[in-house]
Amino acid sequence: MSRQQMILRHSTGERLNHWLVAILFILTGLSGLGFFHPAFYWLTSLFGGGTWARILHPFFGVILALCFFVLVARVWKDNRITSADWQWFRHLGEFLRNRPAGIPAIGKYNLGQKLLTRVLLLCILVLLASGIFLWQPWFAPEFSVEMRRIAAVVHAFTAFVILLCFIVHVYAAYWTRGAIRSMTRGWVTAAWARHHSTTWYQEMAETGKKSQGAA
Amino acid sequence: MALQSLDIRRRSATTTPSPQARTTLEIAKLIDISKCIGCKACQVACMEWNDLRDTVGTNRGVYDNPADLSAQSWTVMRFAEVEPDPGRLEWLIRKDGCMHCSDPGCLKSCPAPGAIIQYSNGIVDFHQEACVGCGYCIIGCPFNIPRLSATDNKAYKCTLCSDRVAVGREPACAKTCPTGAILFGAKEDLLEHSAGRIADLKERGYRNAGLYNPPGVDGTHVMYVLQHADRPELYSGLPSDPGISPLVVLWKDIAKTVMGIGLGAAIVGGVVHFLTQGPNEINEEEEETL
Repeated sequence: MSRQQMILRHSTGERLNHWLVAILFILTGLSGLGFFHPAFYWLTSLFGGGTWARILHPFFGVILALCFFVLVARVWKDNRITSADWQWFRHLGEFLRNRPAGIPAIGKYNLGQKLLTRVLLLCILVLLASGIFLWQPWFAPEFSVEMRRIAAVVHAFTAFVILLCFIVHVYAAYWTRGAIRSMTRGWVTAAWARHHSTTWYQEMAETGKKSQGAA
Repeated sequence: MALQSLDIRRRSATTTPSPQARTTLEIAKLIDISKCIGCKACQVACMEWNDLRDTVGTNRGVYDNPADLSAQSWTVMRFAEVEPDPGRLEWLIRKDGCMHCSDPGCLKSCPAPGAIIQYSNGIVDFHQEACVGCGYCIIGCPFNIPRLSATDNKAYKCTLCSDRVAVGREPACAKTCPTGAILFGAKEDLLEHSAGRIADLKERGYRNAGLYNPPGVDGTHVMYVLQHADRPELYSGLPSDPGISPLVVLWKDIAKTVMGIGLGAAIVGGVVHFLTQGPNEINEEEEETL
């Protein structure tokens, strides 16, 4: 590949925050899955057994939520949904079939990413709230059994939704070449930016926030 | 570790068959409330046999002592002063504790393999060494029985003296009851015996006397003879139609299946998408233009 222009897509702080959230998500997810279905119970061994998984899961979850809120605050300005996003959304079929011709220009993130941010935020808030009703031995005894039953259903359902989001997010990052690098190294090529985030690329070009680098 | 001399009908969070080569008799405990004098000898016998010592509580102005079940009190007498008919005071004393349901909500809810065992004789037993302390058994129970210990975060409740029953002895409470209000034996025999008791009570004017063996949990292995079987709630809130909550069924049966399929489909969907559409990449020429 030739020498080309690089654009910083994710700052060091954003990258560290993202991976902190990712690691905590995996820890929370793996420690919680064992309680979701017996088929996953063996995963609790990763944490020292069922009791340790039960003890650690809510702490992982609370730290995850706090880190995620900070991440959302960092990236929120680029996550506002604009009319361009809905134009883009009409071409979702072409986008998924790798036919970029004619897909409208969008900002730094596409509508799928923006919706993901919102669904994750909602899920984490619901998981946090419902989790408190189930958190033994600290909080659960304060609530009625019926409230805890509702919380258990809500917690399991929301965990399912967030796992679906996780699968979609990881796959989308793998599918879009250059996306993982943008979250590990921070930069994307100018061509990548122009291709995926045309409006953002133009803004970057105007403000001159580009750096030279070797690919 | 489950008792080796007893076969297992169900085991919590386990999807393969449990040991069931032996044939054991279905047993039960029959508590005849019309014979109970509220002496609490059963509570003492339970403490003695199981080596339990609850903390000394405070007088609340009623006979109930201790006030509630706990990790150290697996059975308590609940005293209710009620007027089933106007002007006719009755003191209904119910020995509360695990009912040993045929369809146990605790076992359905438990995520820890082998922490809750239902023996083929009907006893539902907690194995604390496999318990993770999540408290889901409390959520699953229709009778509000299991209690988490503040000391070790494990759930405890009446074992129906599974250790005694396994070697052919009756539960400690049944052995000690001075009036014969607690009977232990084959469930079939006790059903027959209760029919005689109920006929007797009806003769004595208790028109609605009957057996409490609720069908919502497929029957229990602790049954009551009630003077007022039409109104079990008179007996310190004994539920009139107990069953596993629909929320617990939604959580444990329906959700597990639907969500398992959903997550599997998402993964398969990703693989198929990638294999049919390939990566979302920028071609060489496009890179060269910058």
